[in-house]
Amino acid sequence: MDSFSGGDLASASSGRDEEAVRIEDLHKSFGELEVLKGVNLTARKGDVVAIIGGSGSGKSTMLRCINFLETPTSGRIYVGGEHIAMREDGTPANRRQLERIRTRLGMVFQSFNLWTHRTLLENVIEVPVHVLKQSRAEAIEKAQSLLKRVGLGDKADVYPAYLSGGQQQRAAIARALAVDPDVMLFDEPTSALDPELVGEVLTVIRDLAAEGRTMLLVTHEMKFAREVADHVVYLYQGRIEEQGAPDQVFDAPKSERLQQFLMSIN
Amino acid sequence: MSDLLNMLGLAQSAELLSLSPPGWGGNLLRGLLNSLQIAFGAFGMGLVIGLFGAYGKLYGGPILRDLLAVYTTVIRAVPELVLILILYYLGSDLINKVSEAMGYGRVEISGVVAGIWVLGVVQGAYSIEVLRGAIQAVPPGQIEAARAFGMPPFMLMRRVTIPAMMSFATPGLANLWLIATKDTALLAIVGFSELTLETRQAAASTRAYFTFFLAAGALYLIVTLFSQVIFGRIERWARRGQPSLRGGTR
Ligand SMILES: Nc1ncnc2c1ncn2[C@@H]1O[C@H](COP(=O)(O)OP(=O)(O)O)[C@@H](O)[C@H]1O
Ligand SMILES: [Mg+2]
Repeated sequence: MDSFSGGDLASASSGRDEEAVRIEDLHKSFGELEVLKGVNLTARKGDVVAIIGGSGSGKSTMLRCINFLETPTSGRIYVGGEHIAMREDGTPANRRQLERIRTRLGMVFQSFNLWTHRTLLENVIEVPVHVLKQSRAEAIEKAQSLLKRVGLGDKADVYPAYLSGGQQQRAAIARALAVDPDVMLFDEPTSALDPELVGEVLTVIRDLAAEGRTMLLVTHEMKFAREVADHVVYLYQGRIEEQGAPDQVFDAPKSERLQQFLMSIN
Repeated sequence: MSDLLNMLGLAQSAELLSLSPPGWGGNLLRGLLNSLQIAFGAFGMGLVIGLFGAYGKLYGGPILRDLLAVYTTVIRAVPELVLILILYYLGSDLINKVSEAMGYGRVEISGVVAGIWVLGVVQGAYSIEVLRGAIQAVPPGQIEAARAFGMPPFMLMRRVTIPAMMSFATPGLANLWLIATKDTALLAIVGFSELTLETRQAAASTRAYFTFFLAAGALYLIVTLFSQVIFGRIERWARRGQPSLRGGTR
């Protein structure tokens, strides 16, 4: 059952043995439709795991099961070694535990999902101040430096609707960073952007990868995945069809489906 | 001043409307105050019912949803005058039954409380629909983002859903408020001394129907105009962060 575990490959990055996220035998159905058919995956601290695959292969669903935005049909999810308690029907058994774990997972969505009635600064301090009960002054200071870091230092008091998609997504990354997450979850962060805005967002993510952030990144940007990922996972119809180091997955794919997928993308 | 009034033949009206007896102005203002008190209370009660009801309709179990559907359908189907009579007599009957059962004897029910209860139940049914629509109009991604960051449900409602839905809800709620102010006039039927009843009494005693009903109309109009200003402000605040359709400045 553990044959699909990424452990053997991820441990190649030595000194990062502590596990950040572990997915065990994850199944997820929407009614009749079985979208995930037993996924096993482990990401260790500092890993950048890129998840690739065709549209509808279950990438988003897998990512969203980690923080229970989707409730798994069966399987086990561990974050930082802690099992997320789950009932028979897949719903979280302990709301407080889940909420605590969720604050450790910084999620970045395809469609940004900033709170439109709040300025960028208010978006970034929202969770630190209200969920994590940090002091407002401290949160503001940190938020300003995060906004500066993603190149939005001068936009702190602007509402999201007045910004480009690329700017909104960078603000959303700042919001995710504000909780100082153990793991960042990116669901196609550049797919909703005009081509000329993709680069600025990738630059920010590249920077995070370089500083050793643990990230699970669903993406269609193959060049980028190859560049930043330690480990690449190819999902096909709800199963991990192939995984490995980027060179191996992109240059010497074993699976025929992965070969076809890579051809179709280029 | 008095010359001018004399010239226009309005001196008599001014006397009738003067705030101190024998003028009836004081009675009218007291009536207005009662009307506003009831409207305010009923609107507030409607909001509370509306918020819980809307959440119940959206996220509640099947039994709760059915009960709420019956409530909103019945209230919106029956003419308000009939509802007021039913709710008023039902309410006072129930309270008296309870109080007699506990050995207190009959109780005098305050007109304001009765008015708020009656109109609040009516307002609640409409509020549920306004707020349900507004909640559904909130982009799901914004709620999802809050959940993904570990926000507990009640905080999520307070910090994300309610502020985000405000811009969708304010026009409907402004309407409900104006309806509430005018529905208070219907309470005259159960003998409650709000503005309309006070006006009728003043008019009947003095035979100056035109003067008093015109004055009452003016008071209702002032309330409406004032409310529009307030709700305009609320709406502008609720729409912060949304570029105006006309374009232009932030
Ligand atoms: N909430 C949902 N209800 C029903 N079907 C869904 C839902 N979310 C996703 N699906 C289906 O699950 C499959 C996988 O979706 P998804 O994980 O979004 O794929 P990907 O992100 O790889 O494109 C698709 O066939 C999609 O239609
Ligand atoms: Mg997807």
